[in-house]
Amino acid sequence: MFVNQFLFLAAVLFCIGVYGVVARKNAVLMLMSIELILNSVNINLLTFALRNGSTDGHVFALYIIAVAAAEVGVGLGLVLLVYRNKKTISVDDLSEMRG
Amino acid sequence: MIVAALRVVTTNNVVHAALWLVVVLAGAAAQYILLAAELVAVTQVLVYIGAVMVLFLFGTMLTRARIGAESDLNNSYKMLGIPVALVMLAAMGLALISSFGDEKLPQTSTVVSSQEISDQIFGPYLLPFWALSFVLLAAVVGAIVLARKD
Repeated sequence: MFVNQFLFLAAVLFCIGVYGVVARKNAVLMLMSIELILNSVNINLLTFALRNGSTDGHVFALYIIAVAAAEVGVGLGLVLLVYRNKKTISVDDLSEMRG
Repeated sequence: MIVAALRVVTTNNVVHAALWLVVVLAGAAAQYILLAAELVAVTQVLVYIGAVMVLFLFGTMLTRARIGAESDLNNSYKMLGIPVALVMLAAMGLALISSFGDEKLPQTSTVVSSQEISDQIFGPYLLPFWALSFVLLAAVVGAIVLARKD
């Protein structure tokens, strides 16, 4: 197995996630794209953990999974609050803070 | 897996996007097993496919009245996103090729055991573990406070 095969997979996933964050208007779909990005980071961490023969990458991959779970919880709470107040979750309509 | 990831960001149906995301996450779990990371793969299946997907489907259910295809999920920057993603991919691909070439992963037969990982977590990485515990506590309290009807 090549190192690059995993790193390329992670890079492709990262770019697809970035495209999703840029192109999507629905807040829930933006959160899903962020999950793609975090998964690509995990693949990178585990690849280098195997390459260097250390377990640090596993520890940080687990931490990232936990932080992602917390982030989704808070993110969906925010989305629900926005939906309750504005009856939409399109991020283009949230422009009150524009100066 | 890449096809599934593309469907997540291009499909017109929120529920379909969530279900394609399940395919991507399961594929990522398979990659973790290939990388000799059993514990992380199991955690991925439990936390992501188990809990996070349920959260996403609940969020879809609570914020969307209608099920089915919708046309207004993308914003006006959609065409800007494609070149941005392609340029990033090209930059990362060139960097990866020039730095790793055709280097191979070491062929090990040993899987990293959960004992080694827990020795790391509760040894040198104890402080991030505490910080993570506080983050989770704050997230739980914050989610309750945000979503409460008052």
